[in-house]
Amino acid sequence: MSKLDDKKTDQKGQEDGVRGFIILFFIIGLFASLIVGWMIFPSLLYSKKKQPIDFNHVLHVEAVDQGCESCHYIREDGSFSGVPKLAQCVDCHEEVQGEDPEEAKFVNEYVAEGKEVPWLVYSRQPDCVFFSHVTHTKMAEMDCATCHGAIGESEHSKIYEQNRISGYSRDIWGKNIAGFKKNTWDRMKMDDCSECHVKNHVRQASVQTKKGGCFVCHK
Amino acid sequence: MKIDRRSFLSLGMGVAAGTALSPLPWKLIDDISIWTQMWPWTPVPEIGEVNYVNSTCTLCPGGCGITVRKIGDRAVKVEGKEGHPINSGGVCLLGLSGLQNLYGYDRRIKTPLKRIGNRGQGSFQKITWDEAISEVVNKLSEVRSTGQAHAVSCISGSDQGTVAQLLKRFLTAYGSPNFFTMPSMQDSYELALYLTQGIQASVAFDVENSDFVLSFGSGIVEGWGSPVRMFQASSRWREGKGKVVQIEPRLSITAAKSDKWIPIKPGTEAALALGLASVIIKESLYDKEFVENYAFGFENWKDDAGKTQIGFKQFVLEGYGPDKVAKITGIDKSTIISLARSFVRASKPLAIGGRNQGRSTSGRLNEFMAIYALNALVGNINKTGGVWSIPKPGYIKWPKVEMDDVAEKGIKEPRIDAAGSASYPYSQYLLNRVPGILNSGQENPIQVLFVAGANPIYALPNTKAVKEAFDKIPYIVGFSSYLDETAKYADIILPNHVYLERYEDIPTPVGFQKPFIGLAKPVIAPQFETKNLGDTIFLLAKGLGGTIEKAFPWDDYETCLKETLSEKWDSLEENGYWIDSSLKPADWKNAFKTASKKFEFIAAGKAKDIASLFGFSSSTLEGDEASYPLVLIPYDSMRLANGFIGDPPFVMKAVEDTVLKGKDVLIEINPETAKQLGMSEGGFAKLATPVGTAKVRVHLYDGIMPGIIALPRGLGHTAYDKFLGGKGVNFNELIGSVEDPVSGLDATWGIRAKLTKA
Repeated sequence: MSKLDDKKTDQKGQEDGVRGFIILFFIIGLFASLIVGWMIFPSLLYSKKKQPIDFNHVLHVEAVDQGCESCHYIREDGSFSGVPKLAQCVDCHEEVQGEDPEEAKFVNEYVAEGKEVPWLVYSRQPDCVFFSHVTHTKMAEMDCATCHGAIGESEHSKIYEQNRISGYSRDIWGKNIAGFKKNTWDRMKMDDCSECHVKNHVRQASVQTKKGGCFVCHK
Repeated sequence: MKIDRRSFLSLGMGVAAGTALSPLPWKLIDDISIWTQMWPWTPVPEIGEVNYVNSTCTLCPGGCGITVRKIGDRAVKVEGKEGHPINSGGVCLLGLSGLQNLYGYDRRIKTPLKRIGNRGQGSFQKITWDEAISEVVNKLSEVRSTGQAHAVSCISGSDQGTVAQLLKRFLTAYGSPNFFTMPSMQDSYELALYLTQGIQASVAFDVENSDFVLSFGSGIVEGWGSPVRMFQASSRWREGKGKVVQIEPRLSITAAKSDKWIPIKPGTEAALALGLASVIIKESLYDKEFVENYAFGFENWKDDAGKTQIGFKQFVLEGYGPDKVAKITGIDKSTIISLARSFVRASKPLAIGGRNQGRSTSGRLNEFMAIYALNALVGNINKTGGVWSIPKPGYIKWPKVEMDDVAEKGIKEPRIDAAGSASYPYSQYLLNRVPGILNSGQENPIQVLFVAGANPIYALPNTKAVKEAFDKIPYIVGFSSYLDETAKYADIILPNHVYLERYEDIPTPVGFQKPFIGLAKPVIAPQFETKNLGDTIFLLAKGLGGTIEKAFPWDDYETCLKETLSEKWDSLEENGYWIDSSLKPADWKNAFKTASKKFEFIAAGKAKDIASLFGFSSSTLEGDEASYPLVLIPYDSMRLANGFIGDPPFVMKAVEDTVLKGKDVLIEINPETAKQLGMSEGGFAKLATPVGTAKVRVHLYDGIMPGIIALPRGLGHTAYDKFLGGKGVNFNELIGSVEDPVSGLDATWGIRAKLTKA
């Protein structure tokens, strides 16, 4: 009998051991995938690119009169000029003015060569989105910072993070991987546009088609 | 203690639970779905400041004003120019797709090329401009030194505008009279104007103001005249401001949109026009003020020898009574009579001719004369809503070419086509006669051929004969921007800029009522190493030196154009066009420069008798009825460019699957005829004409008369790109060239054919 009992105890011990392993393996799997999902995946999802020139917004804002609009202006036809073209910069930067090696690089590599700087645009919406700056900044009198954040207060260009799959900039896609927003400018996807439109009871339908929802931004 | 299978299952469950609790799957799904909406290979328009350049479209002779929307240096869209006198904001499908002729890199010639393979094979090697110019100059000097100057000839898309005139001037200075243009209905219309009114002018139609349009097969909404202008006129008529009666054997889109479609036995249109005239005269419905006071040859008249000649009245009353015409045309006598009455009763009737787009062939002179006579009978010559004659804009006033001995001698040589000689005294260019002459002769009348703004190998009737003739020409110089069929046949290509890259004046859009010049302007910088043809001519002249060089005293083409247009330049530069809107057509007292100072039904001294000008004969079709029981006719469509320009990909996409299915063209056939031949929809068939054969598919169409079959023009290209080349059949491979007995112009409208099940 004792032999039999021994065997039983053995079996029980083995059973406990197996259960222990089962739980251990589950926990290993769970944590490993959580680490992958929350930490490794987000860092893999984005390619990190440096701007061709490290741009100092603070320095430039101090030198101009009209704030953001001095360089990022609305054209006569109502369209938005976006990132300045070389021609705008050349007015001041025909020659190297300061000590900054980035400026020297800009003047030598781009101004002298007459080559446009391939700036990476943090807030570029995809082609399927119709967005008018003039309606938001002039008619609705919104601040640039509401959507763009305090970019005007930056002394260095931050790293441009681009989603490897969709091609979105991280500023559009969302800073927080879990989708939590602390600031209005943390993310600018469809829901973020419509959230504000709904909250402020503005433009729920397209001007042209009078159709609601999609057609406000997707013409 | 043992790790077993269950441990691993548990690991898997842990991974699954952890993954589900992480953002990974949800973000992946989101990103992938966004990715599918933004395929990286989908072309995305440039981002940047929008700017516009006004120019003129040259893809057809319509002369529409265009505005090209640009973002930065990239042209992104062609739009119709608002307020333009020709097209007032409208644009056609071909014009809209024009950018594909600019950026469609597969179809463009990017540098000067020299042939290395066989002709037509399309194997070329790149050469520099210096090499190209010096090679052509050497060839031209060599030919000139052997006393063969007159053996250098040129085929041009037209003879209007500075570039065509510079080419002509080059030949003159070089010593050759052999300048040719591609055929179009304007040849016959201008001849009809000359014979009846004694003037060298362009014909114009005041379509905006006419209230009854009698169209003898003109594709009013299918590209006839200036296409967009005609669409807009057609829309006005549809709003109740006018009626359209369309006479043609096939229910075309124009016929479908008309108020009345009268199917007619093809080729008998002239007889119908004369039949209508006979009813109008018999019932005394004609405009008596015009006919009695301002027309000659209506009544019988005595010639210089005192012999009585038959006038138009007796000629049509005797020969073209409604009974006889009903038999010839297959149209009821009552229909003919009522049509004649409605035409006369309209307050501003207008009869127009030139089948389809009126661009592929000149047409039969008697048909144009008969249609023109209808307009004269109702007195709408130079009247509101009628037919006008517009003086050709005479802005090209270059000094006379100073010729050296070789040029003097060469220019006096007879033209190859005998145009202007005793046999064809009134025709300027008879390119249609040239392939036959080259193919039948032992000697080689053409040593060097220039081809500019034209694709004769594709667009002239009887492709095989044209190729054979081209094979006999030792040296062909192409100036095309596109690697088209003719360019592929050239020995050397000196490519022109595409129309959106160059300056060019485009005078007198077809059928427009005012003296008009459009200006094509460079919208973007040239994409490749091409040159404006004007500049190329100057370089060749400079290379040849002597009096030839002296004939071109300008630094470059732009200077030449500005100087030539002198006081008109500002308006052209600013608006993109110059117009003399004050011009009113001459009144009847001053309009006619004939010997009698009247409108001449029979041009005294210019024609043998009235029958030679108007007489209808049924024997105008190639092929015998026994072997070829059917009649094959072509049709034109806005969706198929069929001249120098080939369809860009966007336009090809618009071709219906009842016209082109895959790579096969469909031939239109009446269900009754198809039944007799045992054919059904979509079936393959072999089409044979006396000129060629082709494989086609059958499309049953109630809108075509029994016994008639129709194919579209504009397909069957062997050049260009994969979007256009190798699809369907080129109609010109199936049709021969029939010479008009009076004018000598190409008068082909169809051919006998046989269709057998394949």
